[in-house]
Amino acid sequence: MTAPPRLPLRTRAAIFLRLFAVQGAWNYETMAGNGIAFAVEPALRLLPGGKGGEAYRSAMARQSGYFNSHPYLAGVAVGAIARAELSLEDPDRIDKFRAACCGPLGSVGDRLVWAGWLPACSLLALAAFGFGASPAGVALLFLGSYNAGHLALRLWGLRVGYRDGLRVAPALGAPLFRQGPAHMARAAALIGGVAIPLAIRGVIGPEHIRTPLGPLLSLPIVLAGSVLGAAALARLHGRAEGWRLAVVALALFILFSVVR
Amino acid sequence: MTLVAGVLPLALLGALLGLDVVSFPQAMISRPLVASTLAGALVGDPARGLLVGVVLELFALEMLPFGASRYPEWGSASVVGGALYGAQPAGTGGALAISVFAALVTAAVGGWSMVQHRRLIARRATAMHGELTADTVTALQLWGLTSDFVRGGALTALVLALFLPLTHELLSVWTADAAVSHALVVALAGAVGGAAVWNVTHTFKGAPWLLLAGLALGACLLVAT
Repeated sequence: MTAPPRLPLRTRAAIFLRLFAVQGAWNYETMAGNGIAFAVEPALRLLPGGKGGEAYRSAMARQSGYFNSHPYLAGVAVGAIARAELSLEDPDRIDKFRAACCGPLGSVGDRLVWAGWLPACSLLALAAFGFGASPAGVALLFLGSYNAGHLALRLWGLRVGYRDGLRVAPALGAPLFRQGPAHMARAAALIGGVAIPLAIRGVIGPEHIRTPLGPLLSLPIVLAGSVLGAAALARLHGRAEGWRLAVVALALFILFSVVR
Repeated sequence: MTLVAGVLPLALLGALLGLDVVSFPQAMISRPLVASTLAGALVGDPARGLLVGVVLELFALEMLPFGASRYPEWGSASVVGGALYGAQPAGTGGALAISVFAALVTAAVGGWSMVQHRRLIARRATAMHGELTADTVTALQLWGLTSDFVRGGALTALVLALFLPLTHELLSVWTADAAVSHALVVALAGAVGGAAVWNVTHTFKGAPWLLLAGLALGACLLVAT
């Protein structure tokens, strides 16, 4: 094993940009394996023998095998693998690291981003819509808030991965990953409670609120219907998908409205 | 403007946003709030695009893209919804219901097409990786990205080519009141979105109470503003 070289800025930039396409060839056989090889490739050119050398070819073959993680945290693995390969670590250790980090990088990312950050940012933007923000304002608020976290996570992952190499696991025990999902879920619950009624009112439009066309159309009735529907769907959690039920309900309603 | 000339820019947008869902760059420009607004802007009415985007976003909260699970494809679907609704004059009864229905069907077909696309990549990977080089890795990556771009664009174009004339026909014989249509769509979306927020948050200590507090605050704001 040797000390890894300091990655040139151009190499780091190339790896970082390629990480955005890490799932470009995602499939049910190797999952993101090809994407990991694609992302780490600029660093592997620095191996003895350069691009096309024996070390380079062996490393590419190793890195294109099965791998899966949350896409935003793939940088942790790519950084660590780049460091390990450039330090000429034992290939068995690198393979074991790849196998071991799939689960944690997947579950931590899913909890933090898909179940935490994404719904929180989405609900924040829905609240902005409910308060009357412009179309551009709503879209920019969502994209700005979401991608601030997204880009920060990708940058952090690559930096800490290359810094710590195969000993990167403790970094995933940082408070953000342990307590972040719970804080984000609480924030999403509070924002969601405010945002959904306001968003419903925003979509219905003011003309149907102050002067409802009939008792069925007043905002309180629509809100009550939403709450009851939400309660029923929550009880069915895992057994039925609400959006599929909505497709059926809308199809029947459209049919009723055109053949009546 | 011919159907082809109208659909082409929207298909391009659908291709770009379909790509964003998984392949590149996953910046969530494919989320309905953004994608439908962009589609609405492309047909001349971003505000109506946003309106349908809000409805679809509530549905989309239910199916978050966890791991290798199968989920609807909201990028192309949101372009379809935003374009269909944005293209109808304000006050058209039934336009929201038909646009949301078309978008949800597109999301389902899009999810299925993503699965087929992934199977196609797996077959190609097996064929290409016999002689593994940097070139084959890059080629597979580029092929995956390009084919996903084509998938999203073709899906958007096909659905719009079907639903633009169909929407016109359906609206010409539409009998239900516009307000009733709006109310039904919004109630469905609110129910799905509300259940999604509950399902994602309720296992965390204190979150159900915060949801209730948020609902109370939201109700106060509804009355006060």
